Amino acid sequence: MNAKAEILDETGVRRSLVRVAHEIIEKNQGLTDVVLVGLRSRGDHLARRLAAFLFEIEGTAVPVGVMDVTLYRDDLAHASLWPRVQRTEIPFSVEGRTVVLVDDVLFTGRSVRAALDSLMDFGRPRSIQLAVLVDRGHRELPIRADFVGKNVPTARRELVRVLLRETDGVDRVAIADGEAER
Amino acid sequence: MSAGQRLLIRGGRVIDPASGRDVVADLLVVDGVVAAVGQDAAAGGTGCEVIDAAGLWVLPGLIDLHVHLREPGYEYKETVLTGARAAAAGGFTAVACMPNTDPPNDGAAVTRAILRKAEEAALVRVYPIGCITAGQQGQRMAEFGDLVAAGCRAVSDDGRPVMHAGVMRRALEYSRHFDIPVISHCEDLHLAGDGVAHEGAVATRLGLKPIPAAAEEVMVAREVVLARQTGARVHIAHVSTRGSVSLLAAAKAEGLAVTAEATPHHLTLTDEAIAGFDTATKVNPPLRSEQDREALCRALAEGIIDAIATDHAPHGLADKDLEFDVAANGLVGLETALPLVLRLVTEGSCSLHRAIDALTWRPARILGVPGGRLAPGDPADVTLVDPKEAWTVDPEKFFSKGRNSPFRGWRLTGRVRATIVGGRIVFRDGVIVGGESRCA
Amino acid sequence: MTAWARKDLLGIEELEPEEILEILNTAGTMKEISTREIKKVPVLRGKTVVNLFFEASTRTRVSFEIAEKRLSADSVNVSASGSSVSKGETLLDTARNLEAMRPDIIVVRHGSPGTPHLLARRLACSVVNAGDGAHEHPTQALLDAFTIRERLGRIEGLTVGIFGDIAHSRVARSDIHALRKLGARVLVGGPPTMIPPGLEMLGARLVPRLEEMLPELDVLVVLRIQLERQGGTLFPSAREYATLFGLGRERLRLARPELLIMHPGPINRGLEIAPEVADGSSSLILDQVTNGVAVRMAVLYLLSGAHRGATVADTVRGAA
Repeated sequence: MNAKAEILDETGVRRSLVRVAHEIIEKNQGLTDVVLVGLRSRGDHLARRLAAFLFEIEGTAVPVGVMDVTLYRDDLAHASLWPRVQRTEIPFSVEGRTVVLVDDVLFTGRSVRAALDSLMDFGRPRSIQLAVLVDRGHRELPIRADFVGKNVPTARRELVRVLLRETDGVDRVAIADGEAER
Repeated sequence: MSAGQRLLIRGGRVIDPASGRDVVADLLVVDGVVAAVGQDAAAGGTGCEVIDAAGLWVLPGLIDLHVHLREPGYEYKETVLTGARAAAAGGFTAVACMPNTDPPNDGAAVTRAILRKAEEAALVRVYPIGCITAGQQGQRMAEFGDLVAAGCRAVSDDGRPVMHAGVMRRALEYSRHFDIPVISHCEDLHLAGDGVAHEGAVATRLGLKPIPAAAEEVMVAREVVLARQTGARVHIAHVSTRGSVSLLAAAKAEGLAVTAEATPHHLTLTDEAIAGFDTATKVNPPLRSEQDREALCRALAEGIIDAIATDHAPHGLADKDLEFDVAANGLVGLETALPLVLRLVTEGSCSLHRAIDALTWRPARILGVPGGRLAPGDPADVTLVDPKEAWTVDPEKFFSKGRNSPFRGWRLTGRVRATIVGGRIVFRDGVIVGGESRCA
Repeated sequence: MTAWARKDLLGIEELEPEEILEILNTAGTMKEISTREIKKVPVLRGKTVVNLFFEASTRTRVSFEIAEKRLSADSVNVSASGSSVSKGETLLDTARNLEAMRPDIIVVRHGSPGTPHLLARRLACSVVNAGDGAHEHPTQALLDAFTIRERLGRIEGLTVGIFGDIAHSRVARSDIHALRKLGARVLVGGPPTMIPPGLEMLGARLVPRLEEMLPELDVLVVLRIQLERQGGTLFPSAREYATLFGLGRERLRLARPELLIMHPGPINRGLEIAPEVADGSSSLILDQVTNGVAVRMAVLYLLSGAHRGATVADTVRGAA
């Protein structure tokens, strides 16, 4: 990977997640009726890690669901290659609960928009909050995160690469040049 | 050709199995008849048209004893004129046309109408084949006397079999009075059922309703027995299975007057060609297995299959551009027959002389018509072939109205350069020629 | 990215194992949608899918229709009796008329083998074969494979039997292809008049008698005997078939206790399969129906995406 700059190393990722976990507890004044839904791919792993930290801090086991937003995307018609769609597993009711969506990078906001539409088809949550590891700016929709691990200003054509232990063997967030990756 | 007109075909390789001749020689034609063949054939020739045949083969004009000219009744598929053009382009100087027209050729009127059209076309010789049964209904015999007097050389219900053995027996006996062959389309309809493809691994894989080899063989066996019983001349049309070949071999060994033909497509293709449901490969009898094809080739080489006949069956686009089950049976063959047969020779399935014999002398003998040979006195029906020219089959360029050929896109070797009927050039270098040959 | 690049689904014979697995894996995802309160995702919103059925079939058509609607597509049903087809319009004319209305996918069932191939060659939209005569029924084989894999965890190494009127069965042919490509051993059997030649060429082993086949099987697919097709010609009577070839409790005793029973439906209760067997604990018949919707959703999803990449020629060449 042709990295220009490393934003978070392994320690940085852990500290960010711990802080986000505290913020979730603080904003919701506890974890009553709070559930996590991680967005594939990588948001699901982050959601599980957050749930582990929440349990460490509060002693509460927060339900974790996994969501694949492919079928709700607004840009499939323009995709040159059709993405593989994976399972959505939300084995609990979202009715009347506070759903915290978890994703790795918040960019244009379109994935979150898709996640919102999908979540609505599962029921009517009391409220929906958004937790992301990295907010890189350049929103195209009126969407904002409630909990941010790190704010990273980027140029539009740059890429933010998130590597996680579960999928890539290491925890690391870096910025890379857009062209070099081709 | 008017009196005294001379045509000299110079320096070609004259291949004439019936005369036992295969030699580079000149061929002199006078008044539509072969006058001389040899090194000095040109002697005494002034005022003569000359065709330089160096590098070309000079064959007796090819004779196709099984074509469908579709006129009267199906002129949108083909007419006598367009069929004659296709024949000339394919190197055929004579064709025998089947009677499954509308109305069927079961009487003098239709026979004469066909002959009139052939005369107007003024291209190749056309020998009508009359029906065995009135209206091809398989019940009452047609009036053979009427048909023969009007010009038929054989009878057949081709397109359909004569299912009733009793009717076929009487027809065979009656045919002896006229010494004409009875051409049998062997297909037991009860065994064939609504099948559309050869019963075998390919039909199974494609889920197509099967036609067993037995459907043909059961009737070939019947005709052999009836030939023995009646002493009539039986000719089996479009043989396609190895079982039929065995039956024919036994019949010939016994000395029965049974002859047989096979088509270039059955000698070349197998049921594997159907994969993809291309209706250009849908034909009756269907393309069979590789073992059947090999047996046919061996039978041709040994003379058990006497003649090669195309079963030229043109269809309109609307008849073929349908689901495989309902598409019409048949493919056009006049314009691809010769190079396909030469391909068999090149790959060693058959000798050149046997192959030419199967396209010339044998069909002439079976029909009892002149031609098929280039001895002095024989009609000057000659086909000039460039054995080396390679070309790609493009049905859009056919002279036939039919475009239904499974050989579309095939690269073949061997091209007809000229077709001469009664000393008149009717086809030359890709162009149909009308009118008389000129003298210098 | 998906392993699927074809414009059409015409049969299993031309598919690679990876393509089959892609469909099965996607079907797993789609199955979950049918368990939700709101059984709909917007991915095919605005797409038009025409169900062009020349043969009567309620179950397959309904299954496709539900699949289409769950993906938010607009579903249109055209049946042979309801259109100009009954007035003698050719197949191609019917299809071209439909194409002029710009459907995205045409799902076609027809009594003549090769019909979907004819359409796929001529039409720009995607074509799904919902059954062409006795040739193939790809979505049935895919849902059968999915059902087996869901229950047993794999297909490789299993022994699967298919019994009944093999000669006329498109399900049998498609099943043989799919199971072989995924590594199963396939045995086929039935009365002698219903076994066509050359099955070994497809990779199946012929074991004509059900009694001989049963002890070896992990799964048995029982084929429907279609009385309306055979009449009196292929076997003398329904009674005789049920007695000699039907799967009843007695015969079932010859099988392993873990044997799973499948049937493409509709069932002739008491003919090829006894009611207690069809409804018993070994039966996966209803799972097949459930999975049919998921598999068809997967197929429609994958075809919608592939449309851009593949060419007509690729599809036809694969079929040859």
